[in-house]
Amino acid sequence: MTQLTAVGKPSEARAARRGAGRPRRALALNLIAVVAGLVVWTLLATVGVQGLPTPLEVAARAGELVADGTLPLDALASLRRVLLGFLLGTLLAVPIGFLMGWYATARGLLEPYVQFFRTIPPLAIIPLAIVLMGIGEVPKVFVIFLAAFLSSVVSTFQGVVDVDRTLINAARVLGASDRTIFAKVVVPASTPFILVGMRVGLGAAWGTLVAAELIAAQEGLGFRMQQAQLYYDLSTIFVGLIAIGVLGLLMDRLLLFAERRLTDWQERR
Amino acid sequence: MNTKISFRDVVKTYPMKDGVFTALDHVSLDIADREFVTVVGPSGCGKSTLMSMAAGLVEPGAGEVLVDGRPVTGPGPERGVIFQQYALFPWLTVRKNVEFGLKLMDLPPGERRRRAEHAIELVGLSDFADALPKTLSGGMKQRCAIARAYAVNPQVLLMDEPFGALDALTRVQLQDQLLDTWSKEQRTVMFITHDVDEAVYLARRVVVMAARPGRVQQVIDVDLPYPRTEEMRLSPEFGRIRNEVWHAVYHQPPAVPAA
Repeated sequence: MTQLTAVGKPSEARAARRGAGRPRRALALNLIAVVAGLVVWTLLATVGVQGLPTPLEVAARAGELVADGTLPLDALASLRRVLLGFLLGTLLAVPIGFLMGWYATARGLLEPYVQFFRTIPPLAIIPLAIVLMGIGEVPKVFVIFLAAFLSSVVSTFQGVVDVDRTLINAARVLGASDRTIFAKVVVPASTPFILVGMRVGLGAAWGTLVAAELIAAQEGLGFRMQQAQLYYDLSTIFVGLIAIGVLGLLMDRLLLFAERRLTDWQERR
Repeated sequence: MNTKISFRDVVKTYPMKDGVFTALDHVSLDIADREFVTVVGPSGCGKSTLMSMAAGLVEPGAGEVLVDGRPVTGPGPERGVIFQQYALFPWLTVRKNVEFGLKLMDLPPGERRRRAEHAIELVGLSDFADALPKTLSGGMKQRCAIARAYAVNPQVLLMDEPFGALDALTRVQLQDQLLDTWSKEQRTVMFITHDVDEAVYLARRVVVMAARPGRVQQVIDVDLPYPRTEEMRLSPEFGRIRNEVWHAVYHQPPAVPAA
């Protein structure tokens, strides 16, 4: 045993060194890329690409929009829609996915619907949603909900189906009932799949949001960009785009962080 | 001695694209209480299927499997199973893995902790009790799995090629450790392997199986006393028995076609 642990150490040390060295280098490269991108953008704008604002003009516009409260309010409105739709979507997707993975009957009944609706882009539901639900918050949240639900449900279902049979057998031979196996083996074993599904779902929800807001909204990032388009206000459109990108990235990183923490036990090869 | 596990005329077939595959063809075998039996044979001889039936994970197609004279109807904690792929719950630490079966027994927490501690100590993993499986070597993972099986104190241990994926050195260490614990807390052990040396070194009796159809070819007694030692492994007597087993495994007469 002593030699076993001794053998383990050098590779761990190597991994640690790599872990410390790599991100710093990667971070430097990321920064260089961002700065280079801004320079190219500035050059294009000053050379005179028609109507293109410089990064500084966009930053100034962003400052104005923050100062008069428009940007925070729009971001808040968008975030509220997305989080509501996303939460409802995943809250429903996880139990449905478990049902489909665990009971053949449930799978047989639900799978045609899930597979069929998965092939329809949620945006294509917008006309129907507006006709049936009006132009208030409900159709927007519904479309976002649908996008998040369909992404999450499939990966949860797949996670349950893919649980290692030997783990289930190991629990059974220790005397575990079906209920215990479900709670203590199937749920934790499929957590990584669920979290990946949630990340995909959040991406889908965020992507659907802007389109949903292009239609009959009173506030929100998508609505603001739509308005700016009418007045040929490119700076505001850029502010909206960047805000959407930054918020999306932040939310994704937050979920990634949670995923890493919750599934740290996984053997990563 | 009392019979602990009894396979009576067990048949198991699986449907195939063209006809049926006979995994086990009328297999009968008795394993005595506290006996250490190894089952060795080529792949496809049904040795794992036979063990899974004793575990209650596979049902016989015909015939019956009895433990303590009662037909096996499903898995139970009195029959511990150790799988080749370790089957540790990767999200639980060594200690939590070992406690998994104990938690299902409604023991008081103090007793649970004490028994888990004892099992972990028995396999020499005390220093790694709070480690996650991903940080353990293959040998340590298998020892953790063995501790998990020991903890619920089963009367029967069913082991399906448990050391098959380990390197030769670790395998020998774990064999000695297994015999050591078996001599301290005697249980009935049914140990599946494809390693002839391992089969002879561990067992009082070696059951040699043949494939197509899966059946018992020969049962060979190992007249070597316990505890088994390294000298014994190198002795002429050991060599003689190993040759006999080797011959039975690798020079099997072709199957008699079923009438």
